[in-house]
Amino acid sequence: MKTIYSILLLLLVANTSIAQNKYLTKSGKITFFSSSPMEDIKAENNQVLSIIDTSNGNMAISILMKSFHFEKALMQEHFNENYVESDKFPKATFKGKITDFESLSTLEKISIAGTITIHGVSKQITIQAAVKKTDDLISLKGDFLVKVADFNIEIPSVVAKNIAKEIKVSFELNHKPYKK
Amino acid sequence: MKKLVFIFLLGFSFQFSAQDLMDLLDDETPKSDEIVTSTFKGTRILNGHSIENRKKKELEFVISHRFGRINLGIEELFGLDQSNIRFAFEYGLTDNLTAGLGRSSFEKTYDGFLKYSLLKQKRGENSFPFAVSLFGSIAAQTLESFDPNFEPTFSERLFYVGQVLIARKMSPSLSVQLTPTFVHRNSVALNADPHDIFALGFGGRINLNKRVSFNAEYYYAFDELVSLTITNSLAFGVDIETGGHVFQIILSNSITMIEKSFITETTGDFFGGDIHFGFNISRTF
Repeated sequence: MKTIYSILLLLLVANTSIAQNKYLTKSGKITFFSSSPMEDIKAENNQVLSIIDTSNGNMAISILMKSFHFEKALMQEHFNENYVESDKFPKATFKGKITDFESLSTLEKISIAGTITIHGVSKQITIQAAVKKTDDLISLKGDFLVKVADFNIEIPSVVAKNIAKEIKVSFELNHKPYKK
Repeated sequence: MKKLVFIFLLGFSFQFSAQDLMDLLDDETPKSDEIVTSTFKGTRILNGHSIENRKKKELEFVISHRFGRINLGIEELFGLDQSNIRFAFEYGLTDNLTAGLGRSSFEKTYDGFLKYSLLKQKRGENSFPFAVSLFGSIAAQTLESFDPNFEPTFSERLFYVGQVLIARKMSPSLSVQLTPTFVHRNSVALNADPHDIFALGFGGRINLNKRVSFNAEYYYAFDELVSLTITNSLAFGVDIETGGHVFQIILSNSITMIEKSFITETTGDFFGGDIHFGFNISRTF
């Protein structure tokens, strides 16, 4: 057992030489925007958690649905109660991998491929992001479209004109080096 | 402990997969309390108020109807020929304080109320099992239905109601409310009529689906007016939500829609067929 500990400890020490390989943010910003002939609906979440492991390009994002703020309180209530059912599905998540993660510092644009889960439904997705990397910051910025119907979110016919079929999701995630 | 250290070291010795990263995010998620929302869809359970308030700067226009008794038969089109209407503006002064002004055609009564959300039901670190709102209203009856020998002053036309609304969302689909109520009337028809009446309300809702719920409400009055043959107020109904509207369809033995009145002046026998069909429509601006 002792030997195993020693080996693990050694590995840990070895790992610390590339210690700053995880970057985290707890205040990532995600907004979504629905534009329809009847009305525009916008919501913003400033408490998005996101983490990148630069040693292998893995990435995870966790979004608390109840942290989305809408212009009208009633919209927020309907969003949580009727559409995404936040009591049943409190979080949306993304798990994926940055392609070309080795050249993060030199590239300006990257793509991230992975699985997005909203309302309990998972889908494969590839997202393009503008990247900026310095020693103490990895910034990812971009947007993508989400089809409401893909995630089993019902929109009743009475309000179908008020809600877009495709929602534009924008993100701005400024990761800082993660220290345990 | 050894095991923990082992797992800890093991975790650090290998590269993180996306799932490990997700677990790490879960650990990093700030622990915060979550306020339980949407205990009821609307600001009324049926006749009486629910704990729900309008949010700051939201203006709600509420139109309510109660028709005559269903057992009046076809001649009165099952009560539809008669109706009591109340319309009201209700406004969120803050997220927790709502003010309302209404007017009922029955006895030409004006009413004003304030409702304050005192405590919220919470989940999480500092969880709290139920929500409490305070409700106070004044109603002024302007119809000359008083004894001809009695010329009431303005103050003698007034009624006061105080309520403590205590509600708990038991599950996403089941909510219940207890409503201790105090009603004071400045003048009474008979000397034997009490000026003060205590009552206890029971209410609840069950969601039938995401947009429709079944609601029930009952007020038990501990004191009764003797000038009327009083029954307790009972109501059943459904909430239907369509975008900016909540539409409530109601069957009740009360024809009035303000507290002083349906809690203390209901005379219908629900199971004898003295049922008033009615609805509440609200539009939020």
